[in-house]
Amino acid sequence: MINMLRGLLVVLCCVAGIAVAQEKNILITSGSNRAIPIAVVPFGWQGGTPLPEEIATIIGNDLRNSGLYEPLPAQNMIGRPSQAADVVYRDWQALGAQYVLVGNIAPAGGRLQVQFALLNVATQQQVTSGSVGGSPDQLRDMAHHISDQAFEKLTGIRGAFSTKLLYVIAERLGGNNTRYTLQRSDYDGARSVTLLQSREPILSPSYAPDGRRIAYVSFEQKRPRIFIQHIDTGRREQVTNFEGLNGAPAWSPDGSRLAFVLSRDGNPEIYVMDLASKQIRRVTNSMSIDTEPFWGKDGQTIYFTSDRAGKPQIYKMNIGSGTAERVTFTGNYNANPKLSADEKTLVMIHRQEGYAVFRVAAQDLQRGNLRILSETSLDESPTVAPNGIMLIYATRQQGRGVLMLVSTNGRVRVPLPTVQGEIREPSWSPFPN
Amino acid sequence: METLKFGKVALLALALAVAAGCSSKGGDASGEGATDGSNLGVDPNAGYGSGSGSGAGGSGGLDSSLGGEEAALRAITSFYFEYDSSDLKPEAMRALDVHARDLRANGARVVLEGHTDERGTREYNMALGERRAKAVQRYLVLQGVSPAQLELVSYGEERPAAFGNDEQAWAQNRRVELHK
Repeated sequence: MINMLRGLLVVLCCVAGIAVAQEKNILITSGSNRAIPIAVVPFGWQGGTPLPEEIATIIGNDLRNSGLYEPLPAQNMIGRPSQAADVVYRDWQALGAQYVLVGNIAPAGGRLQVQFALLNVATQQQVTSGSVGGSPDQLRDMAHHISDQAFEKLTGIRGAFSTKLLYVIAERLGGNNTRYTLQRSDYDGARSVTLLQSREPILSPSYAPDGRRIAYVSFEQKRPRIFIQHIDTGRREQVTNFEGLNGAPAWSPDGSRLAFVLSRDGNPEIYVMDLASKQIRRVTNSMSIDTEPFWGKDGQTIYFTSDRAGKPQIYKMNIGSGTAERVTFTGNYNANPKLSADEKTLVMIHRQEGYAVFRVAAQDLQRGNLRILSETSLDESPTVAPNGIMLIYATRQQGRGVLMLVSTNGRVRVPLPTVQGEIREPSWSPFPN
Repeated sequence: METLKFGKVALLALALAVAAGCSSKGGDASGEGATDGSNLGVDPNAGYGSGSGSGAGGSGGLDSSLGGEEAALRAITSFYFEYDSSDLKPEAMRALDVHARDLRANGARVVLEGHTDERGTREYNMALGERRAKAVQRYLVLQGVSPAQLELVSYGEERPAAFGNDEQAWAQNRRVELHK
């Protein structure tokens, strides 16, 4: 049966005209709706000692990660213009580039001033231009800012390249001694900083909608307890201290309430806490496991995982009326629901009938069809970018826990930079304010 | 602009959904079925019965043999489970009978730590680990242990006993540990 299914998949891929190219761990599948070629030319630099990073590479990677653009390799470029006036369109047309992004960096009293322009090769028109300044250690911020500007002008969709990521690293130091750290980095894994360190497990970190607070579960008291931490000040507050499970914190869209799981009434149920009054209210009522709440934008709907029908499946409920409705029907294991920003797509961990592997899948909530977004076998914790263009999940590669970024259209899949230890539990920040 | 997000792969997605539908007729071939038998190789009772003093002879021989078995059962403090199951195995019950007798006699407090293997999502596994700890708790209470003596904590998949991504490691990780 499995072989037959695989055979069918191969046939389907051929029919859809999909070619798969493996290149330095980056999987790019391109069909008739292939990514749009763009030349991000290495930026001019008017200073002395070379800058630590090439800003054009960061921008090119950002655009590639969206799955919508394909940056051309720098070694193929004939010229290296750094301003719009120097661009010879004929050269770029010959290379097959539809767009060219050029820029220049100038030192300005210990700071850097970056100017850029995005050009349409066919029309020979400027799509957008701008400038951004910052300190030398804000080079990546400036690169992501330019990526956001270019992406929004090209697609009409707000760029999410200046967003952040939370994740947990578990580093085994030997025996039963493991160091857990909660990390915050750029969305692409660069510039990570430690927010919390513990010898006991840390899990389920999630960003508040304000981007300033986070919630997570920590076992530092030898029991799972939910904490809220302010990113800037490091100030933390313990919000639960109940017998049994205290887990899976999820922020309401306005940031005033936290949904989580408690088992104090005998089995895992979902509760909602009003953070100002600390009043809690139970919202599920079943004899089964109810966990992994995720809020809809209306602040009334909660998606969650439940095994009330035997195997874990995803349900949605109205917390006012308390009525729950099953959402997933394909596969015998669907868990950890996350919604895309437009609420049209449900992303989850999915196991197909007849398979032993767990993968990231996306279900179209209007049409009901499901597609598999990951190709590994022990995938966990999908988290969707606030613009819905990319998602990141945890998986295993060569026996290690790593994070994978995948474009929602499935065209690009790229591992985030590896660090010491097992990386897991990514949580994408909202848009920066 | 919304169409850029998910639109054009719809044909392939639909085809995949059809293909996925086909497979369901075949049943759960390699999923949970993969657990049968193979994981029984990890036998928590491996040491039991050994060195039971059978050479003692006479009427005392029987007593010391039983004492040896009881000591061996008492030494078992990890109880193993099948995949996605919280049903106690017979060998776990035999060991828990001895622990229950001890706990009734000494009134001590113990912690029951529930654990799962790494498959599936972390928070669901947190719940599954608790379900296993509760299965042990329920059994001990049925044997007359006071619920006040038993504290439960689930670590889900966060504290594996064995590191590895195969059935052998997973079988050792699906467990409840009794800690004095």
